[in-house]
Amino acid sequence: MSTSLILLIILIVGLAAYFAGRARATASSKGKLSALHSLPGYHGVYVAIWAVLPAAFVLAIWLLASPFFIENSVRSALPDTVKSQGTATIELMLGQVMQVANGLKRLNSDELAAVTSGSSNLRDALAAKGVPMANAGEPYMVEAAQHYNSLRDGSRWVMSVAVLIIAIAGAVFAIRGISAPFRARNRVERVMLGTLLVASSIAILTTVGIVGSMLSEAIRFFQSVSPSTFFFGTVWDPRFSAAGSGGTEGQFGLLPLLAGTLYIAFVAMLFAVPVGLFAAIYMAEYAKPVVRGIAKPLLEILAGIPTIVYGFFALVTVGPFLRDISAQLNGLVTGNYVNFIQAQSVLTAGLVMGIMLIPFVSSLSDDIITQVPRSLRDGSLGLGATRSETIKRVILPAALPGIVGALLLTASRAVGETMIVVLAAGVAARMQLNPFEAMTTVTVKIVNQLTGDLEFNSPQTLVAFALGITLFAITLCLNIYALYIVRKYREQYE
Amino acid sequence: MNMMSEAAVEKALDQKMNTVPFKMIGKDVSVYYGEKRALFDVNLNVRENTVTALIGPSGCGKSTFLRTLNRMNDTIDSCRVTGKITLDDGDIYDPSIDVVELRARVGMVFQKPNPFPKSIYENVTYGPKIHGLARTKAELDQVVESSLQKAGLWNEVKDRLHESGTGLSGGQQQRLCIARAVAVSPEVILMDEPCSALDPIATAKVEELIHELRTNYTIVIVTHSMQQAARVSQRTAMFHLGNLVEENDTDKMFTNPDDQRTQDYIMGRFG
Repeated sequence: MSTSLILLIILIVGLAAYFAGRARATASSKGKLSALHSLPGYHGVYVAIWAVLPAAFVLAIWLLASPFFIENSVRSALPDTVKSQGTATIELMLGQVMQVANGLKRLNSDELAAVTSGSSNLRDALAAKGVPMANAGEPYMVEAAQHYNSLRDGSRWVMSVAVLIIAIAGAVFAIRGISAPFRARNRVERVMLGTLLVASSIAILTTVGIVGSMLSEAIRFFQSVSPSTFFFGTVWDPRFSAAGSGGTEGQFGLLPLLAGTLYIAFVAMLFAVPVGLFAAIYMAEYAKPVVRGIAKPLLEILAGIPTIVYGFFALVTVGPFLRDISAQLNGLVTGNYVNFIQAQSVLTAGLVMGIMLIPFVSSLSDDIITQVPRSLRDGSLGLGATRSETIKRVILPAALPGIVGALLLTASRAVGETMIVVLAAGVAARMQLNPFEAMTTVTVKIVNQLTGDLEFNSPQTLVAFALGITLFAITLCLNIYALYIVRKYREQYE
Repeated sequence: MNMMSEAAVEKALDQKMNTVPFKMIGKDVSVYYGEKRALFDVNLNVRENTVTALIGPSGCGKSTFLRTLNRMNDTIDSCRVTGKITLDDGDIYDPSIDVVELRARVGMVFQKPNPFPKSIYENVTYGPKIHGLARTKAELDQVVESSLQKAGLWNEVKDRLHESGTGLSGGQQQRLCIARAVAVSPEVILMDEPCSALDPIATAKVEELIHELRTNYTIVIVTHSMQQAARVSQRTAMFHLGNLVEENDTDKMFTNPDDQRTQDYIMGRFG
């Protein structure tokens, strides 16, 4: 039986259990529904849960655990000549055995007999069925594959029976427990709670898992490069990882990348904050509902554009434009038509990233500004203040903590932004202050280090994890601080 | 003369009510919110240095009328006002009128205390700073002290002027808002149910304050409490369904009103 068929059967059993539970509860109420502690539906759900949950749980465990046991058994059945060649070879052969096992299932009995007796070529027979093999295969493989197949089939059969029995047993057990005063409602409630808990812990565990894996790779990196040279190094020159060299000749200084990241984020914020904030003030305070209804979604469309498109825009439009206009300007002033802005520069990346950030700043700030109570506006206007005086002296000060929080959230986006800087910032890792020159960022270098043909045990690639975890730490701190400020501000008006 | 009780003096003052000049004149005032008409040709005059109470059941248009007096309705997009309202013979809806200047002359105190999230000192100096009424620190100090004195709050807050205004109790906050309005030296003060969010003791203090402010300011107050209207006002106007039903001396209004609806409302038969 296939897994989906077993699942379907479990669900059918569950459905039957639901109706059985309902019927039993209705019967035990003796025609007076109010005599029941819980409505019949709850009893039904309770029984169905007993039928489905344990069975599904056992099914899941079995599916996860059985391949492990079967492979172990096959592994120990491999010939000693293979076993003596070390784990790598054993795993390789095991992989081939499974490939063969998979292929054998597609052969009909005649072909199978031919293969097992050795009269037909294993590789050709399998290739005819669309299962490729790396080499001709050896006789022990067919044997091991058959062993594997028989174990698998046996396991599957036992599993199907066991799961079905558990499903029915669960349903019977639950039905026997049903009586009028039985608190099915509360039990169902507890299962609901458990479901919600599991869902939320999956999200949290995933985060923990990602951080954990990044950390473990980063630690491997720090075994070959000392943390102090990474965090305080001023030269980024990772070299190439020549196969087998395993060399640490490269220099992995974080500071030039960090400087570029922060500089570009700063330029982006310099552009996005005033524009975004003014847009938010206009939307929240001046715009008529009709204008607001059209303009606000339009502004927020900007936030929906994939960042690769912005990067492209920077690469083919903004960068060349800045380069050309700088050449013209230079020509007008000095007569020498040489551009002083590079096409790939801090300014290009910052400008385009700023455009990307405008909707974030304006949308978040707009929410915060409209949260300032109307009574404060009225109070100020009632004293004869103009609108802009009211905004400047009452609304913005009241909204300031929230706006600062919004800006920090935006800044953490700017720091983590990848596609725009990959295309527009350049790859030169240097520390300098001229915004017209190219600089590079942490994210660009992560992309650089992980693209291409590479092995995953040299510092040249592992450094990406160290960079990633550093970036993660920075944005996490920014986010936590921002949320802290926003939350503190919320409390004022509630 | 000193044998006369205070109540008798008040009564004598009220008798002369008809000779008091008008401060603001409303003629055929109608207000529309979009398609909906909220006020129907109201003719109501406000006398100088008098407390005029606006009463009536919820939704009768009394707050709407109050807000037309300093054009606070302008802040509502869909709102439209027709008719004519004058302040000292100047049409306040004339296009040449500066609404900011108007609101400096006609101050407002709101239903819910709404001090700015700033210090008590800054709350009071907010208006004077905007209008350039005081330049130096000494002048500002002077304005703060006199405004808080007038609002009867000085003794309670003089030692903590630089603490936040939102940290005061509800009654203190409302008196701070009155001080804030007084600091701009308005001629008229509009009050929109100033005591509805306050407890009885704080209410008594604010009422007492209204009584004192009357000597220097013209006051228009919207209230839901008949007793409050009777206690603090000399003139009372009764609104119903967007119409002005009756406007009269407060004494007459509460003892022998001209209109049956006023009688019914005051007796608590509807509203």
